[in-house]
This record gives sequence, structure tokens and C-alpha cells, in this order.
Amino acid sequence: MSIGDSSTPLGRARGLGSAREGGEHWLTERVTSIALLLLGTWFIGSLLLLPKLDPHTLVEWLSAPTAAIPMALLVIVGFKHALDGMKVFIDDYVHEPGSNFVINTLLLFLAVAGGAISLYALAILSFGAAS
Amino acid sequence: MATRPRPLSPHLGIWRWGPGMIVSILHRATGIALSVAGLAVLTWWLMALAHGPERYATFDKAAHSWIGLVVLIGLTWSFFQHLLSGIRHLVMDTGAAFELGVNKTFAILTIVGSVILTAALWAWLLGVRS
Repeated sequence: MSIGDSSTPLGRARGLGSAREGGEHWLTERVTSIALLLLGTWFIGSLLLLPKLDPHTLVEWLSAPTAAIPMALLVIVGFKHALDGMKVFIDDYVHEPGSNFVINTLLLFLAVAGGAISLYALAILSFGAAS
Repeated sequence: MATRPRPLSPHLGIWRWGPGMIVSILHRATGIALSVAGLAVLTWWLMALAHGPERYATFDKAAHSWIGLVVLIGLTWSFFQHLLSGIRHLVMDTGAAFELGVNKTFAILTIVGSVILTAALWAWLLGVRS
């Protein structure tokens, strides 16, 4: 407590207390991590089991729903988990509220854009390009 | 009112180097690598596949250059390291594995495991199958 600060310890603690939110963010990070444990293992395992890694084999594999659906989930959950993780990193080191908001918003836009582009690619692989 | 600076998150400078500390910072570093480079490569790979063999050849050429291989092997190791230290975090979230010896062994095992898995996967990709 500095000289001239008349607030009580309780008053200061209240002013600096928790934001009463963040628990859900923490839990979402854990739940998406468990999903990625499964999806990531599926992805690596599938690449290892494919007979060849040439474009023809890969396209045939990814155009079937058995691979397209888990891959779409990997993209969605992957970008969500990355965004949640990057937010923790940014919040730890960028304290100025303006910069924090700008960077976190930029990361949100990048994650949504990246996810949309990847899902678009998967849609082309499943349904063919509109010509 | 509050003039005292808010406490900062751990910086590299204030920790004594040890397995737990190294795995902690590696978890963050590999997470950032996967978020930025990993997802960029994944998006590029899917777009290349979707746009036919010629577009895919560009990706394939980049992936087979020495810098491409360094990036891909680095991302593979990042994936396994983040996966194994992520499992360690999930175990520790339950309140287990905080005893000093167990914690240290677990931390070392994530690094040993990620190196072995990366070596095995790339030995398979570059050696056994091609």
C-alpha cells in the first residue's frame, strides 16, 4: 500500500480480483485437446497406412466421407484449439488493453479465414469444383 | 489506484533450467509453431490437393526441398512433443504426477518419446516406404 492510498486490503483485493470468467475457456482448451489427440492420431496413422503419398491416392482418400469428415473435424477443432492457445499466449504478454484487443481480434479473423479456406478445399475434394 | 505493476507470467529469465521448466516452455513454443506454421501448411496442402496435380506439384516440390523437409520434420516433432506434454498436462490437471521425481521423469519421457516418434515416422516415410 503506497502512502495516500486509503483503501483497505479487502478493497484492493476486490478491485484486483478475478474477472469471474475464463473457466469455460480453460475447459474448452482441454476438451478440444482430447478431441485432437484422437483426430491427430487418426491423421498420422492414415498417412502411414496409405499405400502411396502421391496426389492421386491422397485425393481419392480425402474425397471419401470416411476421411473427409474426420479431416473437417480436425480443421475445425484444430483452428479452435490454436486460437484458444494463442489467446493465452497473447494475454500473458500483451497487457495494454488496446493492443491486446487488436491482436486477439486479428488472430480470430486469421483462424476463421484459415478454417474456412481449408473447409472449402475439402468441399471441392468431396463435391468437385464449381465450373 | 493500483500503481504497483501487475505480476507477470513466467519469463525464461527467472526459472532454473530443469526438465519440468523445459517441457513447459516447449509446450508453449511447439503450440505456437503448430498454430502458425502447422495450420498454414495444412491449409496450403488441402488447397493444393483440391486444385489438381499441377498445383500439388508446387507444394510437393517445396515439401521436398531441404528447407521444406526441415519445416515438416520440425512440425512433426512439434506435434509429438505438444501431444505428449499435453497428455502430461491432462494428467496433472487431475492433481496427479506433482511429486518431484515422478514429475521430472514424466517431463523427460515426453522429450524422449517425441524424438523417438519423429525419428520413427520419418524413417518410415523416407526409408522403408520410398
